[in-house]
Amino acid sequence: MASAEVETPQPALHTNPNGGGISEEAAESTFQEVDDSDRIVPAIEFRDVHLGFDDRKVLNGLSFKVMKGETKIILGGSGCGKSTTIKLVLGLLKPDSGQILVDGEDITNHTEVEMMKVRKNIGMIFQEGALFDSLSVYDNVAYRLHEQGVPEAEVEEEVRRMLRFVNLEDAIDKMPIELSGGMRRRVGIARALVGGPGVVMFDEPTAGLDPPTARTICELAIKLRDLEDASSIFVTHEMNNLDYLTSEYAVVDDTGEIIYEKEGERLCLTNTKILMMRDGQVIFSGTDEELRKSSDTYINKFIRGY
Amino acid sequence: MNIATRLLIEIQETTLLAARALRGIFKRPTYINETIAQMDVIGVGSLTIIMLTGFFTGGVLTLQTYPTLKYYGAQDQTGYLVALSLVRELGPVLSALMVTGRVGSAISAELGSMVVSQQIDAMRSLGTDPDRKLVMPRVIALVLMLPLLTVVADVVGICGGWTVATTLYGMAPGMFFSSVRQGITANDIFGGIIKPLVFGLLIAAVACRQGLKTEGGTVGVGRSTTTAVVTASIVVIITDFFLAKALQVLLDMPT
Ligand SMILES: Nc1ncnc2c1ncn2[C@@H]1O[C@H](COP(=O)(O)OP(=O)(O)OP(=O)(O)O)[C@@H](O)[C@H]1O
Ligand SMILES: [Mg+2]
Repeated sequence: MASAEVETPQPALHTNPNGGGISEEAAESTFQEVDDSDRIVPAIEFRDVHLGFDDRKVLNGLSFKVMKGETKIILGGSGCGKSTTIKLVLGLLKPDSGQILVDGEDITNHTEVEMMKVRKNIGMIFQEGALFDSLSVYDNVAYRLHEQGVPEAEVEEEVRRMLRFVNLEDAIDKMPIELSGGMRRRVGIARALVGGPGVVMFDEPTAGLDPPTARTICELAIKLRDLEDASSIFVTHEMNNLDYLTSEYAVVDDTGEIIYEKEGERLCLTNTKILMMRDGQVIFSGTDEELRKSSDTYINKFIRGY
Repeated sequence: MNIATRLLIEIQETTLLAARALRGIFKRPTYINETIAQMDVIGVGSLTIIMLTGFFTGGVLTLQTYPTLKYYGAQDQTGYLVALSLVRELGPVLSALMVTGRVGSAISAELGSMVVSQQIDAMRSLGTDPDRKLVMPRVIALVLMLPLLTVVADVVGICGGWTVATTLYGMAPGMFFSSVRQGITANDIFGGIIKPLVFGLLIAAVACRQGLKTEGGTVGVGRSTTTAVVTASIVVIITDFFLAKALQVLLDMPT
């Protein structure tokens, strides 16, 4: 990659404590390339979304925005509706009320056929992998391309590239049943990222993985954010994921290698924001510094464990 | 919700599912490979049980009717009676029931497991419509294969009848077949093909619908498989009656 590209992923420098509203949009437009009016439209926006299963309310007026190129980490206790939120973005579930916008397009009342177009640009990594167990790793990763009728030679090249990306090229001919949990998760990541979606959703991608593998997955997310300019939602319970994503950024060095640098070595703030959910509502939204400074007892308990 | 409302909703949803699956039949991607794979699984895979069922049904028909016909001195007509029962009723219905048990259950179990392991969600999130990718090939395969299987069952059944007639009752080998040929009309055969076409559609639609609406984990998969087999079987039997009547009227058969 050219050295000019090294500077492109520099994220916005603003820190808005309210994390929303007109001021944020204004800040976005001044700090990002000003001519790029596209930037002010959030990649994902929830407006007062409510959803209940049977009698239980799961989402209770959820509102947030994920800006273009931004990674939003969603924290929240088990069962607070994180996976549900992600499924709503994909239209796998429909809200009872409220609006959901993807790239400025209101998808709330989209039919399944209309949703298909929206989903083309979204990669989803499921909490349990959700690999097609009748297909080999190769066919799983190639799924999107096969569906689009891409020539086999190109498919193979892309699949190998993606599997290298998640460090699993050896497993290309295996069936999902032969893989370990972590390998399955990584195949799921490769499958979701084929075709370079502009929006990526990670549902607890590192849960139950060993630290080096978890680290690799976080690096993947950083790479997507800084080098591919993808917007993403990253659901996690693990605070070290949060540390990686908020304090490191990826650059391409002179030799073309991708390296991860700590924030502070250069003047740079990573483009990652944090959202905390509780009882189907947003209880915190902002940067990691703000999260750590928060005096809320629930948040403190959540990030420190006591 | 009372049972009548639930029943109506279920009929509506099943019909809509089949309609959605078949509406885009010529749209790209066409899923030809999936359809051929399903035809192999459903058609070739069911051949053995269909042949066994047909053979012994034809055999037992002869076994039971020959003595009665002989009482009236009409034992020459055994072939006709056996073939008529097989082609008009037993071939289509028994094949449909066997295929329901073997294929209908497999379809709803497979789709049900895909639902509970989120593979259907994954498929949708990757931009594929499961109604077309999964339901359409199965519906087409069943609609095309069930008539063929039925014809196989009919033919093997007549052979089974012939075997019993010649070996157990000492009938002259040519007699059985000549009465079959004289008795069976083109309308009988036509009706015997129309029925499995309809049954194939019904079985596939019911099995796919039950599979896709699975909820509640592995237990749910078992539940929807049972429901699929029971529902499809009952639907086949009930539809058979009305189809038989409709065919009588449409084909001007003697009533
Ligand atoms: N299909 C469903 N039917 C009924 N209730 C559901 C369904 N899916 C989710 N729920 C309920 O919605 C709530 C939120 O579920 P969700 O999967 O979004 O939680 P989560 O935040 O992802 O939790 P975790 O961190 O454990 O993955 C849970 O209480 C769950 O019981
Ligand atoms: Mg979850």
